[in-house]
Amino acid sequence: MSIKISAQQCIGCGQCAEVCPGSLIVLRDSKAAIPRPERCWGCASCVKECPAGAILFYLGTDMGGQGGTLSVRRERHLLHWTVSKPDGGRVSITLDSRDSNKY
Amino acid sequence: MNLQMKMLDTDFLIIGGGTAGCYAALTFAEQAAGRVLIVEKARIKRSGCLAAGVNAINAYIGQGKTPQDYVEYVRADAAGIVRGDLLLSMAEGLNRVTRKIESLGLTILKDENGDYVSRGWRNIKINGENIKPILAEAVKKQPQISLLERVQVFEYIVRDGRMTGIYAVSIEEPLLYVITAKAVLCATGGAAGVYKPNHPGFSRHKMWYSPFNTGAGYAMGILAGAEMTSLEMRFIALRCKDTIAPTGTLAQGVGAKQINALGAVYEQKYGITTAQRVYGTIRENSEGRGPCYLRTVGITAEQDTELQKAYLNMAPSQTLRWLESGLTPSVHNVEIEGTEPYIVGGHTASGYWVDLHRETTIRGLFAAGDVAGGCPQKYVTGAFVEGEIAAKAAVHYMSDPPPFMDQQQTAGKHRSLSALLNLNRISPGSDTTDALEEEMQSVMDQYAGGISVHYQSSAESLHIAAGKIQALERRSVALTARDMQEIGYILELRERLTLCRALIAHMNARCETRWPVFCERSDFPDQRPELAKYINSQLENGGIKIVMRELINE
Ligand SMILES: Cc1cc2nc3c(=O)[nH]c(=O)nc-3n(C[C@H](O)[C@H](O)[C@H](O)COP(=O)(O)OP(=O)(O)OC[C@H]3O[C@@H](n4cnc5c(N)ncnc54)[C@H](O)[C@@H]3O)c2cc1C
Ligand code: SF4
Ligand code: SF4
Repeated sequence: MSIKISAQQCIGCGQCAEVCPGSLIVLRDSKAAIPRPERCWGCASCVKECPAGAILFYLGTDMGGQGGTLSVRRERHLLHWTVSKPDGGRVSITLDSRDSNKY
Repeated sequence: MNLQMKMLDTDFLIIGGGTAGCYAALTFAEQAAGRVLIVEKARIKRSGCLAAGVNAINAYIGQGKTPQDYVEYVRADAAGIVRGDLLLSMAEGLNRVTRKIESLGLTILKDENGDYVSRGWRNIKINGENIKPILAEAVKKQPQISLLERVQVFEYIVRDGRMTGIYAVSIEEPLLYVITAKAVLCATGGAAGVYKPNHPGFSRHKMWYSPFNTGAGYAMGILAGAEMTSLEMRFIALRCKDTIAPTGTLAQGVGAKQINALGAVYEQKYGITTAQRVYGTIRENSEGRGPCYLRTVGITAEQDTELQKAYLNMAPSQTLRWLESGLTPSVHNVEIEGTEPYIVGGHTASGYWVDLHRETTIRGLFAAGDVAGGCPQKYVTGAFVEGEIAAKAAVHYMSDPPPFMDQQQTAGKHRSLSALLNLNRISPGSDTTDALEEEMQSVMDQYAGGISVHYQSSAESLHIAAGKIQALERRSVALTARDMQEIGYILELRERLTLCRALIAHMNARCETRWPVFCERSDFPDQRPELAKYINSQLENGGIKIVMRELINE
């Protein structure tokens, strides 16, 4: 379980580093990096914070990850989640923080 | 690297800006004019258990029920080993703090009459994705509260049985903090990472409990001589396989039953307490009827979609798992497994022995949330209530004279921490923090009832565990760090080792099996009525001394 940060997409705002509950993300030359990816809890806090969509969330192969990724874009109270499947397919799910979970 | 030293003082010092810590800060500021300082090792916006979000308010008194009903339920679930007095005072505040967090911005589902919609009589439905940012924002708006973030607290300063302050290190810059206060709250959460996890490799931190809650509060208390209770009541969660995502949403949300590989529902066979549910699954597996599942095949397409959404709000890895594999819950049952054991007083009764005001046996030191003992199943709202009770008691306590600081002790602490940063001592072949942590987890796994031995232990295995942990404690003294974050990791490892030592002593003292899996003794397979007592402990002359105490009712 961990995250990948795209140096190309990263705009160096530092928001992800601010929220990580394990203080795992650092900024080097204005780009975010995770030097110890094996310490990631997989909480997705950084993914939700990134304004540039530069952080992708994936499941490690040791826990059965198949190469899919999860990303999210925040728009006020909306969270637009996208799952990219290993076969290239995509699924999008939008959640509104004003709606409760059904279950 | 040269370690600098900084002295600070405050009125009410809160260690850990998580659920209980933030709520306590807000309460204190409402009640008194004093200064509040939260010292947090991460940043409060997403730190601690609430980082990913939570899926429901698990502790709430639904219509027609009373706080006493909650006490009875929890007491039965924990086979009697709870503090009735603490539970009742917690249960009485649950609905009040729920209204408060709603007023701060949490979305709670309501029916047409404006009543909360429940999920069983103790649970209500929410959107808990942003619960921590909501809480953090309220704290930041309060001018009386200051924050010291990315600073890890590692030792208490106690004089004449009275809490006077703490030592802490910055994990970003070479800075040692010495902070004195008129009252202190420990709210550092429970402990993960003590046992070998479900995935010991790359995904080793993909665990249920926060891997960043390392048991600092327990360890600091143990070493300062505070009395601890029920550490042996470990918590083992029943979780979705691999992702370790919660199962309650499947069981309670869509009514999914636990079934074995033959398709048989097995839960009635073993009982329905929290421990028995895990036990049943372990037994079905070990007797060849595994793997076990939550039966979700047959749910509607709409339920399938709603589950994907609900998990994005609390455990996004589960939704990713479903979608990347194509095996969503309506087409494939969800496999379940037990996690490694955690020490967590918000689910079981492990933690500080406290009085009704949540004051520990160290005068002026309060404890709330997962680090406080005797009061299981407090969850988010119970942690709020305990933070509230402790903050009110701290307001009262503060009138005492200001604490006194020992220059010599402070200088000694500076020297020993500076030594950790000494690069020259790192030589090839010497121990690393990661390697010792892995060894500790293996020892606990094999000899103190981890996953690989089906959670069982015996006097013999615990004796071996104690010896091995002691050896690791000695080796941990020689560890060195290249930067401040590594100092933090060394301190965390030592905390966990201290906790292991106390935990093993507690497990050894519970010569019975009162809770299967949580503390299952292969040499004492039955419950013994004469052990319906609290097992407490205290450090005495360098050793853990066990004290049995009589049960306290409400
Ligand atoms: C994944 C997960 C899901 C859960 N889901 C639910 C749910 O749906 N409903 C529910 O009611 N309950 C749920 N719970 C339980 C509930 O979240 C916890 O019981 C509660 O949040 C504990 O609060 P706390 O204040 O004790 O700990 P936390 O909120 O974790 O706070 C501890 C804080 O202390 C900080 N800290 C730790 N060590 C140090 C140190 N040495 N120095 C400085 N700071 C330190 C941490 O960074 C953290 O911020 C869940 C728990 C988990 C782990
Ligand atoms: S997913 Fe969570 S733990 Fe992992 S890097 Fe992001 S914020 Fe940190
Ligand atoms: S939040 Fe995104 S853009 Fe900002 S530093 Fe992190 S990765 Fe880069």
